[in-house]
Amino acid sequence: MSSVLYDAQGPRAKRRNVLYTAGFLVVLAAVLWWVYKALDDKGQLDWALWKPFFSGEAYSTYIWPGLQNTLKAAALAMLIALPLGATLGIARLSDHVWVRVPATIVVEFFRAIPVLVLMIFGNELYSQYTDVTSDDRPLYAVVTGLVLYNASVLAEIVRAGILALPKGQSEAAMAIGLRKGQVMRLILLPQAVTAMLPAIVSQLVVIVKDTALGGAVLTFPELLASANTMSGYYGANTIASFTVVAVIFVAINFSLTSFASWLEGRLRRRKKSTGAVLGVEDSVNIAGHAGTGAAA
Amino acid sequence: MFDFLDKYDVLGAFWTTVQLTLLSAVGSLVWGTLLAAMRVGPVPLMRGFGTAYVNIVRNIPLTVIILFASLGLHDTLNITLGAADNVDTANFRLAVLGLIVYTSSFVCEAIRAGINTVPVGQAEAARAIGLSFTQVLFLVVLPQAFRAAVLPLANVLIALTKNTTVAAAIGVAEAALLMKKMVENEAQLLAISAVIAFGFCCLTLPTGLILGWVSKKVAVKR
Repeated sequence: MSSVLYDAQGPRAKRRNVLYTAGFLVVLAAVLWWVYKALDDKGQLDWALWKPFFSGEAYSTYIWPGLQNTLKAAALAMLIALPLGATLGIARLSDHVWVRVPATIVVEFFRAIPVLVLMIFGNELYSQYTDVTSDDRPLYAVVTGLVLYNASVLAEIVRAGILALPKGQSEAAMAIGLRKGQVMRLILLPQAVTAMLPAIVSQLVVIVKDTALGGAVLTFPELLASANTMSGYYGANTIASFTVVAVIFVAINFSLTSFASWLEGRLRRRKKSTGAVLGVEDSVNIAGHAGTGAAA
Repeated sequence: MFDFLDKYDVLGAFWTTVQLTLLSAVGSLVWGTLLAAMRVGPVPLMRGFGTAYVNIVRNIPLTVIILFASLGLHDTLNITLGAADNVDTANFRLAVLGLIVYTSSFVCEAIRAGINTVPVGQAEAARAIGLSFTQVLFLVVLPQAFRAAVLPLANVLIALTKNTTVAAAIGVAEAALLMKKMVENEAQLLAISAVIAFGFCCLTLPTGLILGWVSKKVAVKR
């Protein structure tokens, strides 16, 4: 085992490793013991507080409806943000200044602002200027905030996906006499879409996580909000409820991330494609702000 | 148009946002670097711990972490981080703690991405000319890794700045909570949103531009 940081280990390094492992185990055990004590002192480990999660009622009454709302908001946001993002991304690549500059301003603006601010704005917008009922308003507000932010991020992903294609693709398309629109529609986009798939799936993780904001700030009855109601009903088992909800979130997002990585690996190995792939890491970098060069 | 501003302390709210950002940035840089060291180190147990931490924490919504800090740690376990008599201070500190726990996993990945850009040949060549382990690490590998990590770390910092708004969920008086209060009390939605949006643009856009420029300046040309 040799990496850029250390060489294959000899007998002395191996002995040192055993020492490190022992020391780390002691620290880890101490931390776990402290956590256990803290929970036990407050009676948070009583079976009564955890029991509801080993029967169907907690899931059918609280968790499942909450989870449905979380997934509904995430799916809606993705479905609306994708076409919007694709349009903005292509507009940013336009040859016309009066198309490119406004698209750039819109994208940069909505990526500079927190999602929560956009959600609060959406919530108030619907309450003051539309007749959306107060029951539906949180969902509308959450989806609006998610769409505005994620369309901008997806626009960057689309742009990077198109720029990641080899130059020869558009040159060859132009050489056989296709128009600009045809080059984009027939040659670049179809290839870019496959290259972008892993990055788009990773963006779904971000959307799922951000739906929880609606539950905490805008009374949107999603998974996190259901944990709150639930802990009230089952006798203040906050720790247990949050643990269960966190486990569900990790399960969903971890499977999405794993799927994205698997997809990325598969696309990279494919013989047919141009080899341009936007991966999980790229989506993280694009979602940030600094430097928006195409990922190589 | 903007006369409602006299009634509210907008600058104070943004100062809280800046404080949250800076404190969490320092904390997560320390803890994230430690995690990265564990994940790239030779000790299997530490590697496993680092990997498990990152994969679990970055898949939990930050909102869940910060709400848990308030409802779980503060209300249930009475952990106040040395601010037992002042709920606002306690919430502020718990929010910083939550932000550090969450952001560290992204800092760790950014640093690891930086280390991964250094070709193994660099270290092999350094060992071949007889440099010791410490010399290889501090003269050859880490300088290149840090230069490559500037851009991902800048992205983490910008994401952190925006993420501080989640502290509004536990009543920390920062920009998003003030905005929520203002839009409910004043019929000035567009003006208020414009002010808050402008404030965040002032925080995030320069950070992105400056650090983007720095990362290009220090990038290792390969």
